[in-house]
Amino acid sequence: MAQFDQNDDGVVVIIGSGAGGGTLGNELAQKGVKVVILEAGPRNEIQDFVNDEWESFAQLAWTDMRVASGSWRVAKDFPNLPAWIVKSVGGSTVHWAGASLRFDEHEFKVASAYGGIKGANLLDWPITKADLDPWYAKAEDKMGVTRTNGIPGLPGNNNEKVMEAGARKLGYKDFSTGRMAINSQPRDDRGSCQQIGFCFQGCKSGAKWSTLYTEIPKGEATGNLEVRPNSHVARIEHDAGGKVTGVVYFDEAGKTQRQKARVVAVAGNSIESPRLLLNSASNLFPDGLANSSGQVGKNYMRHVTGSVYAAFDKSVHMYRGTTMAGIVRDEARNDPARGFVGGYEMETISLGLPFMAAFLNPGAWGRPFTAAMENYPRMAGMWLVGEDMPQETNRITLDKEGKDKFGLPVANVHYDDHPNDVAMRTHAYKQGTALYEAVGAIQTYPTTPYPSTHNLGTNRMSEKPRDGVVNAFGQAHDIKNLFVSDGSQFTTSAACNPTLTIVALAIRQADHIAGRMSRREI
Amino acid sequence: MREVDPRSRYSRRFVLKAAAVSVPVAAVAGTAISEAWAEGGALQPATLKTLVKAARDIYPHDFLADTYYIAAVTPWNEKAAADPAVKALLEDGVKRLDAAAQAAHGKPYAQVAWEADRVVLLRGIEDTPFFRKLRGDLVVALYNQKELWPKFGYEGASAEKGGYIHRGFDDIDWLPKA
Repeated sequence: MAQFDQNDDGVVVIIGSGAGGGTLGNELAQKGVKVVILEAGPRNEIQDFVNDEWESFAQLAWTDMRVASGSWRVAKDFPNLPAWIVKSVGGSTVHWAGASLRFDEHEFKVASAYGGIKGANLLDWPITKADLDPWYAKAEDKMGVTRTNGIPGLPGNNNEKVMEAGARKLGYKDFSTGRMAINSQPRDDRGSCQQIGFCFQGCKSGAKWSTLYTEIPKGEATGNLEVRPNSHVARIEHDAGGKVTGVVYFDEAGKTQRQKARVVAVAGNSIESPRLLLNSASNLFPDGLANSSGQVGKNYMRHVTGSVYAAFDKSVHMYRGTTMAGIVRDEARNDPARGFVGGYEMETISLGLPFMAAFLNPGAWGRPFTAAMENYPRMAGMWLVGEDMPQETNRITLDKEGKDKFGLPVANVHYDDHPNDVAMRTHAYKQGTALYEAVGAIQTYPTTPYPSTHNLGTNRMSEKPRDGVVNAFGQAHDIKNLFVSDGSQFTTSAACNPTLTIVALAIRQADHIAGRMSRREI
Repeated sequence: MREVDPRSRYSRRFVLKAAAVSVPVAAVAGTAISEAWAEGGALQPATLKTLVKAARDIYPHDFLADTYYIAAVTPWNEKAAADPAVKALLEDGVKRLDAAAQAAHGKPYAQVAWEADRVVLLRGIEDTPFFRKLRGDLVVALYNQKELWPKFGYEGASAEKGGYIHRGFDDIDWLPKA
């Protein structure tokens, strides 16, 4: 495995090893580019994962201090846990559920499609569906997405069968076990899904795609990729001309280290990435790096989410098998006649008993709550995930008081629902409830959004430098050798789960960076 | 469908690794509340008894014996020993709860006969740091006890059993035919 000198100013430094950073790192390494990935978390491998929700949470989740504010309920229930994302090699591809859907065409140009929405900072992406389709195809092949490339769908589990039966009764047409980056048959030296459950706790069989055991070891095998775990980047440095020159980071012992770089790519997810750019403010860039537009940290999106759990008179055992085992897409279309723009997906979800207690209705207690808990074996569940409106006031800022263990200001995550978000969630709860009642639900539980797993938009792509942070290739408008490679590039959130799009963008970006490096443009 | 036997037990190998619950149920099984803290600790025995009562009132499951609530409450004894602020929060909180019970019913909280009456007293302190600490810790310390999972039809870890691919992941048999 490669080990690069800290004074080697020919390397590409990538901050973060998840869907964006891990993919970009491998793609560049395959093209012969020298890469150092700095990952804030430790390197937990498959054998380290545990089928235990709280123990796994302690092992994998980013639990460093953050502060939540705004009118969203998460700020009240989980004031220091606005997001549930991973701090470990592989990033949130360790705990993602695997849903891999492409955006719809209109979701790249919502400002045009939806028109003016009061309070929403809508903008068209600088790329179209046609631009991204070839890269989506590469991503689907890389990740082994079911129902693409001749790969069969996964079998449905009990939870999926309940949802499918309800969808059919309700007259929905577009439902299946989904397009999932989970092997339904052995592929790419990984086995097929054993229906373990615990997808959120790290896949013990490796059937689910994660950069941890696909992209990263493949990149390392080229001799061009070095991954340094437990390396928390404090700031990005630049020269007098405004080009970035390297990064300063804390190693496992808390010692300051400096890695020089030819190119820096930020992929720390949509809270840490803008935090890092803001914490890198200098005399030349007093408002933070790449922030001449003032948009760094703004337009934070987290999807309109919520869950509906339903109790039946007979057993379901929803926790058995794939967590996200089925997807209904009938509501994913844009149909303003429903009272909101954009759409949402319905995707099965299950929680184990410990997390159900914590998340079914945070703060609730007494008989109504315990009666619901006693229905646990007879519950089915779905997650609702839809497009939320970008708003400038929903943003990541540096908290004025909170400091992390290195003394760096922590992120404040502020979020208020837009009226469109509220209308969509209300509709989704109603439809989810109707779906389960159609097959005999005796109780339904409209469940409040969890801490954010889809964090998007805080360094958004824009055609014009004044509207966003990066261009169509994730390159900072202000600094030509600085890139953003994670979901923070998203101009808008679309209805579907973001990982496939992050991976497609990262493959495309690798092609772009390698080309520009070989032409000596960066 | 393969149902979960509520009597099934976890083997010692799986017992309670979680930090939130440091005393295995097995260690207190069969112990009556009155005897649970005979050896003493940081908190007053009466305080602990009241906390066990409050724990059941907050998360009442009639099929759970007191041992599970005792196991959920016991970690506070250790936390109170390590942190005087926790000790003060719990002792003072119970004192105020008892005072409210005395005012309303002429007896301490644990002796108020009806759950519904005790719940009214808890509602009265719902927004206090004391109650938030109680509820916030209990929701983990109670439901994260592996021994009680089968009683809720939850089977816990499955990877070492080969997942559910041959153990009922799709065995639902009561849905309407497509």
